[in-house]
Amino acid sequence: MTLKTFLIGAAATTVFAPMAMAERGADGHVGIIYWQAPSILNAYLSNGTKDIESASLVSEPMARFDPTGQLVPFLAETVPTVDNGGVSEDLMSITWKLKEGLLWSDGTPVTSADVLFSAEYCMHPEGGCSQFAKFDGIKDIEVLDELTVKVNFEEPKPYPYTAFMGNQSPIIQKAQFESCMGAKAPECTEANFAPIGTGPFVVTDFRPNDVIQMKANPHYRDPEKPAFATLTFKGGGDAMAAGRAVLETGEFDYAWNLQLSPDVLADMADGGKGKLVSAFGTLVERLEMNLTDPSPDLDPDMRATREAPHPFLTDQAVREALSMAIDRDLLVEIGYGQAGRPTCNLVPGPEIYASDNTGCLTQDIEGAKAMLDEAGWVDSNGDGIRDKDGVELSILFQTSTNAVRQDFQALIKQWWSELGVETELRNIDASVFFGGDPGSPDTFQKFYADVEMYANNFDGTDPQAFLANYRCDKEPQPDNQWQGQNINRYCDPEYDTLIDELSRTAEITKRSELAKKLNDMLTKETFTIVPLVDRGRVSAHANDLGGVRLNTWDSEIWNAADWHRIK
Amino acid sequence: MTEPTSKVIPGSGGATPAGALPDPIPVTPPRSHWRDVWDQFKRHKGALLGGIIFMLIVLAVFLGPFFWSIDAGYIDIRARNQGPSLAHPFGTDQLGRDTMARMMAGGQTSVAVGITAMALALVLGSFVGLIAGYFRKLDGPLMRLTDLFLALPLLPLLLVMVMLFRGALNQAFGPETGIFILIVGAIGLTSWMPTARIVRGDVLALKEREFVLAARSIGTTNTKMIIRHILPNVMSPIMVSATLGIANAIITESALSFLGLGFPPDFPTWGRLLFDAVDYLQQYPERVIWPGVAISLTVLSVNYLGDGLRDALDPRIRGR
Amino acid sequence: MLTFTIRRLVLSIPTLLLISLVIFLLLELAPGDPTAAQPLTIPPEVRERLREALGLGEPLHVRFVKWIVQFFWVEPQVLIDHVFGTTFSEGKQRLISWQTRSPIMDIVVQRMPQTLWVVGLSYVVGVLIALPIGILSAYRQYSIFDQIGTFVSMLGFSVPTFFTGVLLIVIFSVHLGWFPSIYDTTLVVNSWDNFLAQLRQMVMPVFVLALFNAAQISRFMRASMLDNLNQDYVRTARAKGLSERVVVLVHVLRNSMMPVVTVIALGVPQVFGGAIITEQVFKVNGIGQLLITAIQANDLPMVQTLTFIFAVLIVLFNLIADVLYGVLDPRIRYD
Repeated sequence: MTLKTFLIGAAATTVFAPMAMAERGADGHVGIIYWQAPSILNAYLSNGTKDIESASLVSEPMARFDPTGQLVPFLAETVPTVDNGGVSEDLMSITWKLKEGLLWSDGTPVTSADVLFSAEYCMHPEGGCSQFAKFDGIKDIEVLDELTVKVNFEEPKPYPYTAFMGNQSPIIQKAQFESCMGAKAPECTEANFAPIGTGPFVVTDFRPNDVIQMKANPHYRDPEKPAFATLTFKGGGDAMAAGRAVLETGEFDYAWNLQLSPDVLADMADGGKGKLVSAFGTLVERLEMNLTDPSPDLDPDMRATREAPHPFLTDQAVREALSMAIDRDLLVEIGYGQAGRPTCNLVPGPEIYASDNTGCLTQDIEGAKAMLDEAGWVDSNGDGIRDKDGVELSILFQTSTNAVRQDFQALIKQWWSELGVETELRNIDASVFFGGDPGSPDTFQKFYADVEMYANNFDGTDPQAFLANYRCDKEPQPDNQWQGQNINRYCDPEYDTLIDELSRTAEITKRSELAKKLNDMLTKETFTIVPLVDRGRVSAHANDLGGVRLNTWDSEIWNAADWHRIK
Repeated sequence: MTEPTSKVIPGSGGATPAGALPDPIPVTPPRSHWRDVWDQFKRHKGALLGGIIFMLIVLAVFLGPFFWSIDAGYIDIRARNQGPSLAHPFGTDQLGRDTMARMMAGGQTSVAVGITAMALALVLGSFVGLIAGYFRKLDGPLMRLTDLFLALPLLPLLLVMVMLFRGALNQAFGPETGIFILIVGAIGLTSWMPTARIVRGDVLALKEREFVLAARSIGTTNTKMIIRHILPNVMSPIMVSATLGIANAIITESALSFLGLGFPPDFPTWGRLLFDAVDYLQQYPERVIWPGVAISLTVLSVNYLGDGLRDALDPRIRGR
Repeated sequence: MLTFTIRRLVLSIPTLLLISLVIFLLLELAPGDPTAAQPLTIPPEVRERLREALGLGEPLHVRFVKWIVQFFWVEPQVLIDHVFGTTFSEGKQRLISWQTRSPIMDIVVQRMPQTLWVVGLSYVVGVLIALPIGILSAYRQYSIFDQIGTFVSMLGFSVPTFFTGVLLIVIFSVHLGWFPSIYDTTLVVNSWDNFLAQLRQMVMPVFVLALFNAAQISRFMRASMLDNLNQDYVRTARAKGLSERVVVLVHVLRNSMMPVVTVIALGVPQVFGGAIITEQVFKVNGIGQLLITAIQANDLPMVQTLTFIFAVLIVLFNLIADVLYGVLDPRIRYD
């Protein structure tokens, strides 16, 4: 293995020697550190963000989202729209055309057959493709010529930019993956570890869950890029260590997602070796109210299902009072600093979809008390906890294990105790909490607690699929092995009607109106979901690394081709 | 070769050593066995100091809260990240909670968990080790069981234990006691194996020694043999296991909290305080120092205490 | 002794099969799911498909038998093929990791160098430090040397590695800049400079782990030596006119090795198991890091395989310890 690496390295140097005159590879080496280590470089078999982002250096889609959320063509000549005829008037098809003269990193041309193949690869029923949802609703794909494919949908698709778009759905080479279809997908270790791509870099050595070494792609479409001849992508450790390696010791040039306490981060940045960059996306840290009764005394078939309504969280006054007691500015200051901002919205962006909902931003403990008094929740038995009809306001509040979340739990517990609400805290290991194992009592879907806190976002810029998660039939329950995202067990026929309307609407202002209405129904109108913080992303790069444009809508390192050394 | 160890055993005060070398004929009235032990223990400066420090730590964490009235969970957000001052002698944490109150509250849990879990592991380990070493027929099965426990992956094992037992224990004993039992049980059940292996190894050698043959020849029963003759001779590795066990239990407890197996997140323990403080190592080094010193001091004092006890219980050293 | 060893080796086969079954059932029972790290946006139907593609749809016993066959039948063939260039294993399904979709054994082999370099070396260093400290501490009980030794080793054991590791990084990487804070697993030692670089990146993790190991072993060494130094046979040996050196280093030491041999034998499999926390702190990415990431990702085949290899080593080294008991003390007999 090591000998091979060495030989490849030596070969690389000889290849590049005559090209030293050109810009490509002139800036030497660049190091990227992710505190989660990539396990595979095939986005279609990925286990999570770390795999998709590292693969984005090698494989590219037709178009990506830029830092403002706009579509920019990558392999495609232009982004197809209704205006330029790329998307049909009836929204039933989209036509993608590849740029001319594109080459794979092995020197062969990129053709429409590769595009078609990428879709077939992921849509194969036995392949276990994790991006399957991107190809949802596709009837068939026609190859029109060497460079053009037409995707036909089963029904009108107002938002057709899912397949071949963004970091999750890149184009892979047919020649390399042809024998890896379906059940054979896991056998193609070589292809999965070193895919042939069109991106700025080519894999020279991949060590799963540890480190990737890459060199500049000799056939990259822009002859002057990338500026770096070699790249190391190290994984593992924790956010603290990653930040330290860039900001304090300068061993690496770029560190991903530094989820650290704001004062620690600020102190590190003062080291002078690098700087922090941050950007906002759609990730919202929020409280979820359980509308069903999680009591362990209930029959397992009844517990936390709609058949057993929650004893007090079904009262809107209680939910609203719990929200009013929270000081979101303080939460941001303690937990996220420049990487967070208080929000009352479930959909905080992009701008056209963000509701102007600011009612929750000021903390009002007195108002909350008054609201509870009015609703009849008073401390009638003198134990310091409000009650009504023998039901005590006693909450089990759970979340995943994470330093910031535990601080939030402690703060929120204190505010609620000022209201006269008792809170028991619980934290659960993230791999169990988000694991969705129907046998475990501790998953976020099962929701065997009264309130839980986590963050979630949606891919790309369109919130339709995300908002559709809160339809009546989408709640986790014993019948569907506790799968689904409507964990509050929210159900409102009007909401479902509006979702249906959204899925038929193409006009952007109308869509935005509908999305805002849906957002408001879940948040300020019912307080089913209590948003806390719009969480941005903080990453760090060395002072002399130029060209970094942090992107939360696509792969964070989407423009690595433009990175260069500032001299 | 003589092994006059039978004298060591509690309750066997007057037993005469079966020594080959004749003891000098006593001129003074026989002294009580426990008096001898205490006299020896008193002379062991380290042990005395260790004992005093350990008592002080226990008193501080259990009685301290009566004199220091700030609640360990109370958040005073304006006073966050403060260094030591009169109002907060140990400073405050990132949420403005008083570190001294948290150290006391954390100490109660950590000391209790450390001692109980260590005791459980020690009793289990010594028992398995003694039985396996002494009875040849049980050696195979018990040691294979030990191998099995050594091989089980800790994390999944703990997750399974939470899943199966947390609910039941909470209902039977209430949340706090329930979790305490769960944690002590989890640590004890996963850390008895080294003690068992070590004790068994020593027992294997001991039972071939002459004094055991001698004792057997006068018809000593197995139970008496183990308690009077074998156990006292394996006390020193057990004592070492005990001191190492406390440190291990305190640290493991903090690891458990992160799995959601431990105490609720707003419940401080020394291990957890230390872990949380590592991120602030450069900004607020004192936060690491308090729990670090507390854990080390506890372990050190128990270690010296154990040393002194072992020496005091050993009649060959006594009177030296 | 030979018959004992052979009998134990034969007996260890059913033991190991039982252990592998228990581990398998335990992992099955443990909560968690291989799709846990996928973004929450992935719909439940897709998750279900992913699980099926990983073979989770098959019944329990089928998966267990498959694992047994792959581990005991296919993987050895791959090894034979690799060594002799034969083609026994062609077309047979190897043990595949769920995270990487690649053969588990290849990754294990890839991780061995850094694990052995760092964890293995630290264990050797730890033992080499611990034995003399333990012996001398006991021989000069309550001397200054003993007091310092006790203090340092108890400190080494009671301060967890997640703290000492970070402390060293802050001092030596951030402030002094002597050593790198990130371990480079791709470094190939082929020149003096590379060797120095390798040495530099190993210093801190090896030190942290060696301190921890030495603390434990030296305590047992000291206690055991103390037990033996007062025995009558020591007096006899001295009375015979043997030199103090021979008395202590031959007679006493040999009789004091029993618990130390046990502790060392218990520790050697841990070397393979890696040092999870230290590897995380220094980004060594050895077997310990492989195991913990596999557990977090619920990569059951990987966890099962690693734990089982670990179990084999435990059984083997405990057997070695038992044999050594007989060598150290010929009175011990097992049959």
